[in-house]
This record gives sequence, structure tokens and C-alpha cells, in this order.
Amino acid sequence: MSEHELRVSKIRNGTVIDHVEGGQALNVLAILGIDGSEGLGVSIGMNVPSDRLGRKDVVKVEGRELSQSEVDVLSLIAPEATINIIRDFEVVEKNRVTRPNRVTGVLSCPNRNCITNADEPVETSFEVVADGVRCDYCSTIIRDHLADHIGV
Amino acid sequence: MRQDHLITATQLSRDDIEAVLDRAREVAADPAAYMDRHAGAVLALCFFEPSTRTKMSFDTAAKRIGADTIDMGGVESSSVKKGESLADTVRVIEGYADAIVLRHPSEGAATLAAEFVDVPVVNAGDGAGQHPSQTLLDLHTIREDHGLDDLTIGIMGDLKYGRTVHSLAAALTNFDVRQHFISPESLRLPRSVRFDLHETGAQVREHTDLEEVLPELDVLYVTRIQKERFPDENEYHRVAGEYRIDADTLEDGKEDLTVMHPLPRVDEIAADVDATDHARYFEQAHNGVPVRMALLDTLLGDDEGTEVDR
Ligand SMILES: [Zn+2]
Repeated sequence: MSEHELRVSKIRNGTVIDHVEGGQALNVLAILGIDGSEGLGVSIGMNVPSDRLGRKDVVKVEGRELSQSEVDVLSLIAPEATINIIRDFEVVEKNRVTRPNRVTGVLSCPNRNCITNADEPVETSFEVVADGVRCDYCSTIIRDHLADHIGV
Repeated sequence: MRQDHLITATQLSRDDIEAVLDRAREVAADPAAYMDRHAGAVLALCFFEPSTRTKMSFDTAAKRIGADTIDMGGVESSSVKKGESLADTVRVIEGYADAIVLRHPSEGAATLAAEFVDVPVVNAGDGAGQHPSQTLLDLHTIREDHGLDDLTIGIMGDLKYGRTVHSLAAALTNFDVRQHFISPESLRLPRSVRFDLHETGAQVREHTDLEEVLPELDVLYVTRIQKERFPDENEYHRVAGEYRIDADTLEDGKEDLTVMHPLPRVDEIAADVDATDHARYFEQAHNGVPVRMALLDTLLGDDEGTEVDR
């Protein structure tokens, strides 16, 4: 199988996340909590030439249809992303990501003194504000490089 | 106050604040009327870091409305030392008490605690976060001197880590108040607090020199700059020295300027200020009792005792 074929190979059922900013594909998987242990077939194309973005990443998840609320959180690192739901090799649904009001359990708070970093039985929770996200516990605002804060 | 907890000052509306302060005024005028109001109620004082002052103030307030208090003793001897989570600790204590007062070294601790219990939680300081009951007594003190509208206030010192400052600034946005923040560059208000002030459209300015604004001020709120905030001791002495006031400094202030401080002070307000008409910090500390009586009375509800809103 040629490299080209691998990159564009279609999936039968699942989700294709397209138009991800180049270099963010692994962060997309991290945000979605997909690390391979679920047994899902995952393929990634990185730095694929794109008219719209120059270079884009593409993430294909075989065997799982991601819900809108699951993918909306991607808008924080991949605002241009499009979500294609695939059934029997056909795109049955195509959506853009929209900014959620709140992001739960995805980001960790950069404030070391925040109670969410103290082994308490809570998920982190951030409110999405004008130009970043804000910790519901300590109010710390993360503005840039959100991807650096993925994973709790 | 139509809420079950007091976690941040940001949650307080003008009506909430005025309701507590009105009641505090009533309490101060006739404390005896409140003496048995909450007989049988138990208030848990959960102090995960030492604060004799705030703890004693809540303890006194509780007892003066007839409630009993329990506390966890020092953190050293408690189950916290054994690694118990805060979420577990408050869920256990909830079974013993009708309300919980929480002081904790981590930001967001009170928010978390409130998620796990049904009894009211009062945030008595969470790290460098908030200290809203202090704000209520600060506002009471300001209100008795100047009212809370058409007011110019200067807040000086450690604005970055000062939780009393964060709460006060947020609460003041409910009123027609011009806020001036005076601090070294390294200790300016944190981004999150500036964000909130900006959102409310508050009239806010930041300065590095007190002289720039002192003549305009009705209230000067001074906070301590702590040595730990500076990497080296010389730097601390140089910077902290610029934010120290004495009776001479206040010559340039208005005649009825009120000087406040959440206490304890070290040397940021010289002792010679105590004798001036400006000094209000001891009264401010004393106001903690009637204001916390009013707050606890509100949070514990009117089930027992007499009807207030007749
Ligand atoms: Zn936080």
C-alpha cells in the first residue's frame, strides 16, 4: 500500500476530523481521550497540503461516532475543524465545531496551588471566556497554548 | 442573600451586600436581640492553615447568636495529615454541623467543598483566592464612614496574592466607586481579577505611586507586602519601603480620609498613624463580629428564633 493510499484510505464507519491545524492531530486525540487502548482503529494524517489551511492534519477514528459535545471541545485547539460522520463509507453528517460554554475533565489547571491539582475527587472544569478558558475553581485564565494543558 | 454558600465576592449582588450590612447595623445597635437566636446550632470552623484572628472572629460571632462552634484542632493533629481529601473531610463534618467555615491554603478549596455538602459553606480564605466575609466587614466599615456610592478608593500593597483585595475589588463593582490600585509592577492584580473588573465596566486605574492619587482618595486600603514574594531580601526591603505610610504621608490626603488594613500589619502603616483621625483598622477588625453575626444569621436561616421580615 503506498503512502498516498494510506493517507486517504476511507473508513467504513466512524468519524473523520478534518481541517485540523497542522501539528495538532495528537492533541486532538488527547483531548478526545483516545490513546489506542480502546481498540479503535485510528489513523492520522499530518501536514497534509490544504487549500484552506496551508497544511492540515486529519484524524480518522474507525468504529466510533463522536457526538457534537465531545468534539466541540476541539474548537479550542482546532477552530476550523470539520467533523464527518461516516456510515458504510458515506459521509452522513458534516459539522463544524462550535465553542462550548464549559470544558470538563480535559485540561489541567496551570495554577499549581489550585485545589484541582491536590488529589481531590473532582474533574477540572473551565468556563470558555472571550479569548481563553477560566478555571471554575481558582479563576486562573489560560489564554495561549491550550494544548499544553491537556491531560489531567 | 438567596444563596446557600458564601464562596466569592463575585457572587454577591448589591442587594445581597446591602441586606447583610443592614442586618449588621441592626446587630451592632442591639446585639442582645440576637443572643439566643440560633441556640442549638453548631458551626464548624475548619481552618487548614493558621489564622487566629479570622477564626476567633467567627467563633465570637457564632457564640453571640447563640450557636456553638467546633473545630478540627491544628492541621498537624488532624486526619488531613493522614492524607484525607478535603472532599472527604467536609462530608464527614457536614454530619456534625449546620454550617462550615473554611480556611484553606489552596485556591478553589471552598468552591470544591460546597460541591460536596448541603450545609452552607463560608469561604474564610482560599490561598490567594478570595476572602468574602472580610469584604463584608470592609464594606461595612466604609459604609459607616462614607456610604458606598460616589466614592474613590485606593487599594495598595500586595494586590497579586492579596485575597482580601480580590474580594473587595469584585464587591465594589456593585457600587459607584472609582478604584485605584497601587502596587509594585510585580504585585499587580492578577489577570483573572482584572478580567472581572473589566467585564463589569468598573472604573479602575493602576498606579505604582501612591502620591499620584492620594489627594483624591476617600479610603486608602493598605495590605501587607510579604517577604516571601521576593526572591531576594534586599529587593523586598527596597520595594516594600515604597508602600509604607506614616502620619506625614497622610498630610496630602483628604481630611476625612479613612485608612484601613485587614491586619495583621507589620510596618506598612507606621504606629504614628494610629493616633490620627484617619485610622480605622481596629474598628474594622471589631466590625468582623457584627458583620459575621449578620452573615451567619442569614445563612443559618430564620427557622428558629423570631421572624425578621415581618
Ligand atoms: Zn484552577
